[in-house]
Amino acid sequence: MIRDTTIGAKLWAAAVWATVGFFILNLLAMIGTVVTSSFATRWLGTWLPAGWTTRWYTSAWSEFQLWDVLIVTFQVIGAVVFISGALGVTAAYALARRDFPGKRLLVLLFLLPLLIPPMTFGIPLATVLYQTGLAGTFWGVVAANLVPTVPFVILVMIPFIEQIDPKVEAAARVFGANTFKLFIYVLLPLLLPGILAALLLVLVRTIAMFELTFLVAGPTSQTLVVALYYAVFAAGVRAVQSIDAMAVIYMVTTLIWLIIALRFVNPTQIVTRAKQQPAH
Amino acid sequence: MDAVAHAPAVEHGPSLRQRLAARGFDAVTLLVIPAAIFSLLLFVYPFAFGFVLSFEPKAGGDWLANYRRFFSDPFLYETIAKTLWLAIPVTLVNLLLAIPIAFRVRLMRNQRLLTTLLVLPITLGTVLVAEGLLNYLGPQGWFNRTLMTFGLISQPLKLVHNYWGVFASLVITGFPFTFLLTLSYVTGIDPALEQAAATLGASAWQRFRHVYLPLLMPGLAITFCLSFVQAFSVFPSAVLLGEPAGPTRVISIAAAQAAFEEYDYSMGSAIAMIMGFVQLGIVVAVLASRGLFYRGPASGAKG
Repeated sequence: MIRDTTIGAKLWAAAVWATVGFFILNLLAMIGTVVTSSFATRWLGTWLPAGWTTRWYTSAWSEFQLWDVLIVTFQVIGAVVFISGALGVTAAYALARRDFPGKRLLVLLFLLPLLIPPMTFGIPLATVLYQTGLAGTFWGVVAANLVPTVPFVILVMIPFIEQIDPKVEAAARVFGANTFKLFIYVLLPLLLPGILAALLLVLVRTIAMFELTFLVAGPTSQTLVVALYYAVFAAGVRAVQSIDAMAVIYMVTTLIWLIIALRFVNPTQIVTRAKQQPAH
Repeated sequence: MDAVAHAPAVEHGPSLRQRLAARGFDAVTLLVIPAAIFSLLLFVYPFAFGFVLSFEPKAGGDWLANYRRFFSDPFLYETIAKTLWLAIPVTLVNLLLAIPIAFRVRLMRNQRLLTTLLVLPITLGTVLVAEGLLNYLGPQGWFNRTLMTFGLISQPLKLVHNYWGVFASLVITGFPFTFLLTLSYVTGIDPALEQAAATLGASAWQRFRHVYLPLLMPGLAITFCLSFVQAFSVFPSAVLLGEPAGPTRVISIAAAQAAFEEYDYSMGSAIAMIMGFVQLGIVVAVLASRGLFYRGPASGAKG
């Protein structure tokens, strides 16, 4: 590493760290505002609220029917995680192990839904789902959410499968394992860390996936983030604290899964694919 | 079993199955089919359907009527300029902040705490950030209060329900994304190259300008494209934090309104197609200019 000890270099480093600090300070203060407000009795024109209470949580819970919303949210996420795992891992296996004409085109097809923002492909997708009658239903929401998650699992899993030596599979074949046994006893244990990481990332992304769910959800198939959007959108009807209590419930739901996910994945994987697997 | 069954085929050359397997088509390759069918049904087909539908106006008229209406109604065509006016400055600010910070962070041994803090706004999502910023940047919020305490301003700044609210939310959710992408490109460059330049007497600025920047340019172009398309499709924060009828009426609001409030799916698809084409146009322009820069290995190894 090269060390610069000139005064200019030190000033520059200080300026860079000050920017990072300013950003993180604002980020934490923004989150802190929501949490503080959700426990406030009355908060107008002062640094801190006049008193503290937890009643907004009970009122938000009943006003927004959060129990139903949470159940729908976890059903949607469960279905999305399961289906994207099943479709994504099998396709990733084929793409990692075989080279065939048209493979590049296929990889491009799987790359596009990740590069194109959900709002752009979401409107035609929602139109098709409305015409088939799927929109507004549970499976419509699941189908829309699968569009970016299946390619995501494929692209995370391809490098993971590639690093497993095909000789291991060949050896299992030589000892008489059929495809099913090969999968259960050889591939699954080896792939499990990768599958777990990919599916946790899918889970975290699906909880926060607003646009696609918003475009196709009906009144009974709203997830938590869409319900939160409608609550903020209609602000003024209800107390700010009540909406903030709901935001905190959403935040806690997301953060629990984020913390679990971070035990298994590198935070940068949420944005990019990690370049190398960590050494175990 | 196979050997017996295919024994006669040897005289006529390999069987169809063997010829396919030689080109990479066998039972394992077939595993890709479910995902491929899924992608065709839910991604390619809706796009094609929307494209065709956009040429079949709901109110009748000729096939270009939707597009003609979009480009003749200022309430509609101005959304392109308004969205660009948000997306391009935000992307540039994010990128220009991300580069020096990534260069500093790459030297850190323990980046995990910082990266974890930075993925927070991405995982929380735009809706929560919008709700948080409504309180935090509001006239009674902690941000204005702090500035007034330090005597920097006498009146609270108006930061929500206008352009700056959306700008702030795009920085909060967009900067971590841009930064983490930039960081992954910066750490991909072999530090031996910089050390070689330093040995030869290059100053910090010269090392950045003549060693790192040319190597980084392709990565930065891709980062710009990805960050730009995300910012260009801004939706929830433009509604919640901006003025959805005025300066922050972005193109996705126009598309969603046409499709799901006026139930004119044809017009909604047309606007979504225009949105896609503007994004594609900017991306193609950026990636085409990438050809002007250095392309080659970013490691110090020979060969």
